[in-house]
Amino acid sequence: MRISPLGDTALLAELSTRLDTAVNTRAIALAAALKKRRDVRQAIAGYASVTVQFDPELATHDSLSAAIKRLAAKRPPMTEPGRLHRIPVNYDGPDIAAVGERLQLTREKIIELHSRPIYRVFLVGFVPGWAYLGPLPKELVLPRRAVPRTLVPAGSVAMAGRQTGIYPLPTPGGWHLIGRTSVKLFLPDSDPPCLFRAGDRVKFFSAQS
Amino acid sequence: MIPTLLVESTGVLTTVQDLGRLNAVSAGVQAGGAMDRFAHSAANLLVGNDPGLATLECTLTGPALVAEHTCLIAIAGADFDPRVNGAPVSPWTSLFLGPGDRLTFAGRRNGARMYIAVAGGFEADRWLGSLSTNLLAGRGGREGRPLKAGDTLRVAGEARKPGVAGRRMPEQLRPEYGDHTLHAVAGPHLKRLDPDGRRLLFQATYRVGRDSDRMGYRLEGPQLIATGDELLSFGLVAGAVQMPSSGQPILLMADHQTAGGYPVVATVVSASLPIAAQLLPGDELRLADITVERAQTMRRALAGALETLREGAR
Repeated sequence: MRISPLGDTALLAELSTRLDTAVNTRAIALAAALKKRRDVRQAIAGYASVTVQFDPELATHDSLSAAIKRLAAKRPPMTEPGRLHRIPVNYDGPDIAAVGERLQLTREKIIELHSRPIYRVFLVGFVPGWAYLGPLPKELVLPRRAVPRTLVPAGSVAMAGRQTGIYPLPTPGGWHLIGRTSVKLFLPDSDPPCLFRAGDRVKFFSAQS
Repeated sequence: MIPTLLVESTGVLTTVQDLGRLNAVSAGVQAGGAMDRFAHSAANLLVGNDPGLATLECTLTGPALVAEHTCLIAIAGADFDPRVNGAPVSPWTSLFLGPGDRLTFAGRRNGARMYIAVAGGFEADRWLGSLSTNLLAGRGGREGRPLKAGDTLRVAGEARKPGVAGRRMPEQLRPEYGDHTLHAVAGPHLKRLDPDGRRLLFQATYRVGRDSDRMGYRLEGPQLIATGDELLSFGLVAGAVQMPSSGQPILLMADHQTAGGYPVVATVVSASLPIAAQLLPGDELRLADITVERAQTMRRALAGALETLREGAR
């Protein structure tokens, strides 16, 4: 594990550099344990890391680094599998034909591959309600679009690299849009204001069939 | 009688802000809050408020406000040449507005963001624990939007301390806004720059780019290339200096995205964020490499300056 300062009131603890469900589970457990401390103002799990913002009146980088190492050495508590969300998708995104051409796959095959796994919510972040889901089947892996779109409609189901996700709000975006869903990801009048939480599981299904 | 202020005009962008919603970050919602936390907190303390109450953050130009009842206000941060009924008044100083008094601003003299506090705090929509305006989500503050002409601003409650006019924050206790040196601590991924790149990062003069706002500033300067594998996305903080593949750094500010995967090569320290908040597109800046210990000394100096206002209210 590598712990580095993020300025004078935060630090980043990097557990690993691999996209790995077990590492992500440890990161989420570590963030939850840190959040309970009085000297921690916020702890966010990344894919394989924890970003900690602390109260500089109560903690230093050294005291918190020691606490993180102690907590990380403990066996993480047995966690329940995350909630399972089933998400209907119309696989008619503007990029599905281009994706099929580049990967030499039919539309039906893309749908089958994309809707087969139960994905994990590795991380909720970036913009309100966005969740990084994965890992995507290897057959679907493509780099991001060379030129990002300036506006992606909310509800767009997208993929890039080993990841897939749903745009919760109309934002710019560089992922390949393969479908859309009517399920609302960002719920501004609920608390927490998002459908997915880190550690949840997501299964897509084709709404047309 | 609940004091109210009528918004005659708003300036370029005036939003309600407080110290943000750090708790909502795990849902991907930006922490937000005042860009210049020092000026926001000082304005509050000058009128006897807790530093966390809502103020108005005014960007580039000031609003025109008319008091309908007597209220105690303070202005801090950028200097937009404040006037009451046309006569100049001092910023960083508490003052009473009487019924019918008109607060206007003659024009920007320096800085980018000015804060107006009122004794008792401004009333606003609370969303996920904060009154800050989140423009992306359209929540918090005034219906999730900037103020507009015709809005009526109500005071939320009683001030914590009795109001006194003429309380002032001495100039030597304020941040050195005129010195555009942003102090920064080495970031977790600084080693992804080669030794020349690392040296340039902390020596070059950067210019704040045009696409710069409350989310972050694009810094224009020498192109620096970070090497290595793509990083897995991780949680970000205000002040982080990201290095995307374009080689032009991005300085994350109050409304920054909560997570990202670009290397973070440096982090601007908390004591320099108020200075960063007062920069405009086109302004030049330098990143100065300091230790965490030095950053903590700087932070304590600013916290101590705010503490003198708290004591002064007794």
